[in-house]
Formats: sequence, structure tokens, C-alpha cells
Amino acid sequence: MNILLLLYWEFCKIGLFCVGGGYASLPWIQAAVVDDYHWITMTEFIDIFTISQMTPGPIGINAATFVGTKIAGTLGAIVATLGFVTPSLILCLLITYLMKKYGELSAIKGTLNGLRPAVVALICTAGLSFIWLSVWNTESVPTNFADFDIKGIIILVIAMIAVKKKVSVITLLFGSGVAGLVLGLLM
Amino acid sequence: MSNENQQLDDAVNKLNIVPGTRHFFWVLFKSTFLISAFTVGGGMVIIPLLKKKYVDEYGWINDKDTLDITAIAQSLPGVMAVNASIMLGYKMAGFMGTLVTILATVLPPLITITIIAFFYDLFAHNYYVQMLLKGMQCGATAVIIDVGLNLVYKLFKKKLLLPILIAAGTFIASLCFNVNPMYCVLVDAIIGLMLLRDPKYN
Repeated sequence: MNILLLLYWEFCKIGLFCVGGGYASLPWIQAAVVDDYHWITMTEFIDIFTISQMTPGPIGINAATFVGTKIAGTLGAIVATLGFVTPSLILCLLITYLMKKYGELSAIKGTLNGLRPAVVALICTAGLSFIWLSVWNTESVPTNFADFDIKGIIILVIAMIAVKKKVSVITLLFGSGVAGLVLGLLM
Repeated sequence: MSNENQQLDDAVNKLNIVPGTRHFFWVLFKSTFLISAFTVGGGMVIIPLLKKKYVDEYGWINDKDTLDITAIAQSLPGVMAVNASIMLGYKMAGFMGTLVTILATVLPPLITITIIAFFYDLFAHNYYVQMLLKGMQCGATAVIIDVGLNLVYKLFKKKLLLPILIAAGTFIASLCFNVNPMYCVLVDAIIGLMLLRDPKYN
């Protein structure tokens, strides 16, 4: 089979089966690209994981791009990524259509009423783990609160003030990056 | 700036760009692309940033729809950020909206990884790259805190006990007991289905 078609199809399957996002997709990706097809080695797979930890973008997209590039260059990257998002596109549009049609049912409304506070809670959890990461450079609750990163605190405080002053999100992210770089040079 | 002026300013800002126009699609693409390009972290990180932009800055979509879409995005297969951007795009501007948001979400990692694939070592061990990323991470943290607190405030303002209990329970489960968000969402969906069908919860 044409390698591009195969890439598309394999990443279609990965996109369809990785439920739970993020790390939950790792075993699926590994099974297909490392174990079945030997497109990349285990070391490279761990590299993708490391890169994904520190670059923008979901790990699934990153893996699709990395594997695609390695197998068939830039075109491969595009094809693999397209394959990966195809199931999402179909399912999301389908559910949007169903919501439009049946969204007024009390059962659906009730379910969503239960989900909304859950999302608020999950956003708060993500916020908290990002505070740990920004100020204490650890992903879970810091073991030693006195061992904080002063640069992280400075940028976080400035960024909080900027948010309150209604600075645009993009300016804020970009500015914080530059602030990190400047502090890295100075301290 | 006085509070009144601020509000007027917000209103003008929100009315300025009408969904469906060519200018809207350009602004939508640009802001989604840049947020995707500058945000390190999973779906629960990028969605508050998108929410800040779409809801708070432009008023293209409301809090409620954003939260609904986030919950559905979490439960569907695939990457949460992509799922959310597909549905947010559709809600704001139909199929064209979806095309714009999905492209703007996927392109930045596609470009970044293609480049990094060639310069991995240089990238991974460079102190300045790490400091740049660290700074952006702190910026994202500030936005998530703001969005999170804002949503909690609105939740409490409604003075309904059950939704508050659901939020508190989910927060404790995911934070203290590391329960997979998928299971939290599933349990809360069932609670909602059984107990929150009264219109006052809508």
C-alpha cells in the first residue's frame, strides 16, 4: 500500500481510539508506530514525549508530525496529522448536529448541567498544577514550599496584573516569554 | 480609566467584529493560531486561553456554551484541544468557523515539530529556549487562574447547592486522588442526568 495512505489510515485509527487525551494516547501511538510498523525507535518515541512536554501542541499532533516527517517528509507530516484529526472532525460535527436536534431534551440539558461545574473544577485543577509548575518547577504538590523559583514568581505576578488590566491574551503570552528570556539573561 | 468607560470600551470591542464576516475569520484564525503557538500544555490549559479571547475579549460565544463544549471535547476520542476548537468554531460561525479554528490549532504544532525534528538537541538543551518557554508557562498560568476564579465566582453567585457540590467533589477527586478526568466527567454526567433536570439549573 502507498505509504502516505498507510500513514493516513494508521493515524486515523489512533485518533479514533485515543480516548482521554494527552497521556492516554501514548500507548496507542506506541503500539502502531513503534511496535507494529517500526517507523520510529523507542528512543525517538521518548524524545517526542519530551519535546511535547515543552513545546506547544497536543502530543498526538506532535507524534503524527514527527513520524510523518520521518517517513515521508513534510507531506508525510501533513498527511499523518490530517489522518489524526479526521475522526475528531467527523465525531464533533456529528455531535454538534445531534445537540442542535436533541439539545432541548431535559435529559441532555440535565447531563450538561452536571458537566459544567465539573469543567470548572477541572480548569481549577489544571490552574493549580500550573502554579506548582511555574513557581516550584514540579508537576505535583511541592514537597518543599520554601524551594521556589523567584523568576517564576516575578513573571507570574506581573502576568496576573496584566490580566487584571485586560491585556490581550496573546500579548500576555508573548510578553511573558520575553520576560522569561530577559530574567534568564539577568539572573 | 473609570469603570463606566471600561464597560463601554468592552462593548465597543465586543461589537466590533461580527461573526461570519471576512474580517472575523481573519481575526479568529490569527488569535487561535497565536494561542496555539504560545501555549504549552494540554486541553484544560488551552481552553481557558481560548475562552478568554472568544468570550471575554470578543463576546463571540458565551460561558455556558464554552463549558458544554469543553465537557463534550473531553469525552470524545482524539485530542481535546482539537475537539474543542472544532466545536467552538462551529458554534461561532458554522462549518467555515470549524475549518478556520482546526487549521489554526493544528498548524502551529505541525510547523514547530517539523522544525524541531531537525534541531532536537540544540533545542532541548538550550537554556534560553527553556527560559522563553518557562516565561510563557507563567503567563498561561496567570490566565488560567483568572478564568478559573471567574468561573468559580459565577458558580457561587447562582447559589445552587448541587452544582457547587459537584465542582467541589470533582476538584478534590482530581487533585487529591488523581482520578482520571474521564471518570469524573462520566460520574458528573450521570449525577446531572438524575438530579439536575430542573430548568433552574440550566
